[in-house]
Amino acid sequence: MTIASEAMPLSEQMRARAATVRRFALTDAVFRAVTRGAAILVLLILGGVGISLVVGAWPALSAFGGSFLVTQSWNPVTEKFGALAPIYGTIVTAAIAILIAVPIGIGIAVFLSELCPRPLRRPIGIAVELLAGIPSIIYGIWGLFVFAPFLQTTVQPFVIDLFHGVPGLSSLFAGPPYGIGLFTSALILAIMVLPFITSITKDVFDTVPAVLKESAYGIGCTTWEVTRRVVIPYTRVGIMGGVMLGLGRALGETMAVTFVIGNAHRISASLFAPGTTISATIANEFTEADGELYTSSLVALGLILFVITFIILAIARYMLARIEKRAGA
Amino acid sequence: MMTLCMGAAGIGLAWLALILGALVYKGTAGLSLAVFTEMTPPPGDAGGLANAIFGSIVMTIIAVLVGTPVGILAGTYMAEYGRFSRLTTVVRFINDILLSAPSIVIGLFVYELMVRPMGHFSALAGAMALAILVIPVVVRTTEDMLNLVPNALREAGTAIGAPRWIVIRSVGYRAAMSGIVTGILLAIARISGETAPLLFTSLNNQFWSGNLNAPMASLPVTIFQFALSPYEEWQQLAWTGALIITLTVLALSIFARSLTGRRT
Repeated sequence: MTIASEAMPLSEQMRARAATVRRFALTDAVFRAVTRGAAILVLLILGGVGISLVVGAWPALSAFGGSFLVTQSWNPVTEKFGALAPIYGTIVTAAIAILIAVPIGIGIAVFLSELCPRPLRRPIGIAVELLAGIPSIIYGIWGLFVFAPFLQTTVQPFVIDLFHGVPGLSSLFAGPPYGIGLFTSALILAIMVLPFITSITKDVFDTVPAVLKESAYGIGCTTWEVTRRVVIPYTRVGIMGGVMLGLGRALGETMAVTFVIGNAHRISASLFAPGTTISATIANEFTEADGELYTSSLVALGLILFVITFIILAIARYMLARIEKRAGA
Repeated sequence: MMTLCMGAAGIGLAWLALILGALVYKGTAGLSLAVFTEMTPPPGDAGGLANAIFGSIVMTIIAVLVGTPVGILAGTYMAEYGRFSRLTTVVRFINDILLSAPSIVIGLFVYELMVRPMGHFSALAGAMALAILVIPVVVRTTEDMLNLVPNALREAGTAIGAPRWIVIRSVGYRAAMSGIVTGILLAIARISGETAPLLFTSLNNQFWSGNLNAPMASLPVTIFQFALSPYEEWQQLAWTGALIITLTVLALSIFARSLTGRRT
């Protein structure tokens, strides 16, 4: 900053000051433009992802058209590609994972926000969040070497025997116990999305005004009744948002699934059979894909995954934004 | 019902203990100095992970150097200049989606953007893919942290005649410093275990390579390759590498949390 000395005549001082102000205005405008550019860059990245995937997927999409979505065959030799098996695998594994993770996740959140003794609250909360930070490849390697053999030798033979001869269920849990497959992947996905669902649910539980809970307790409700009739109804939208966020994760999760899914391009009735998901297919085959159409088909799979997760995540964010607004109001 | 909730919490913690237990048990078996000093071995040979660790560090550093400034600047715009503008609302929404977008899709994007035009895999492409994963984390924390800075501080700065960029630099950044650093650490924790976006950008490399324009080994991709191999030495190295990554990530996130004392 310019400090005008007293010896300077008044007009000189004014001029120096005006120059400083002009310089400040200029640098400020530049800084503003730079930060604005960075913000716009974030938009461009997402736009770029979408556009580049469409461009990359174009050869496959124009070759197969809509049938790409409903064809099961995936044959690199004859260059016939269909996305049905990966899409089926993705949806089934994610759905089972969510079915398992949601009750447990909400249970943990209820435990943390209503039951847990205060001194334990923070450590357990942090532990759950650390679980969220563990890279997916760790779950993968653990699933492959520890979890899958365990399932193969104990759980799967038992379940297969148990439902043997029961109509419907017997075909759902049929076949030799490989250890790897859709079911194992779904279990590992459930473990992975559990922390996300838990921490978001706990956060939205904390938005319930104490006065609401206290008045319910005041008329003699038990903890369970307060949770069931007050806390959960009040936070329903937020919980749904957390579940959708977990679903988005489960759909897009790559490495953990790639290790244990088995990478088989077919749809079988049994949950214990090897299958594949969109992300596992891309991870397994992309570097080995030769030929324009093969690569392009894999990119098209990526595009489908991108579109599905974009929609799911957008809904999740919308729901979470709604509960945040209510908490702020 | 409440017992069930307690049981659920027990299950959650048991999983964490189980995974960490298996990891430590299998990982420490192969932990030795050689892991950090020797190159990845050919099948059936003893060796280390030195080149993979080096590659991971190099790509992480580049990703942070590229991603952090962009993230901080974007977060600055959202919290300072454009706090109430429409652009901010849109960017926040898009940023949240980027935050949880499947990382393999980011890998495909960088493949189409850099690897295909250049005609070969490169460490630089891998670093770019990681940088794209860094940006949303840093944007989010920067914006949140700057929003926490009391307006009175800004007004005080403006009242003594400082233009906005000086107020942001000397007041906003200084007040939000620990939070922003936390964001960067969390971003590093996130990318240090990322495998999917590296599979077809930086690929892998059996040898020591400092060349950014060539494929480079990285710890996660090496783990992936070694774990799925039939060779016992490789599988052991994969476990050891997994242990190293997990410890790094846990240390980073615990350190980041202790910086702010609160989850961001």
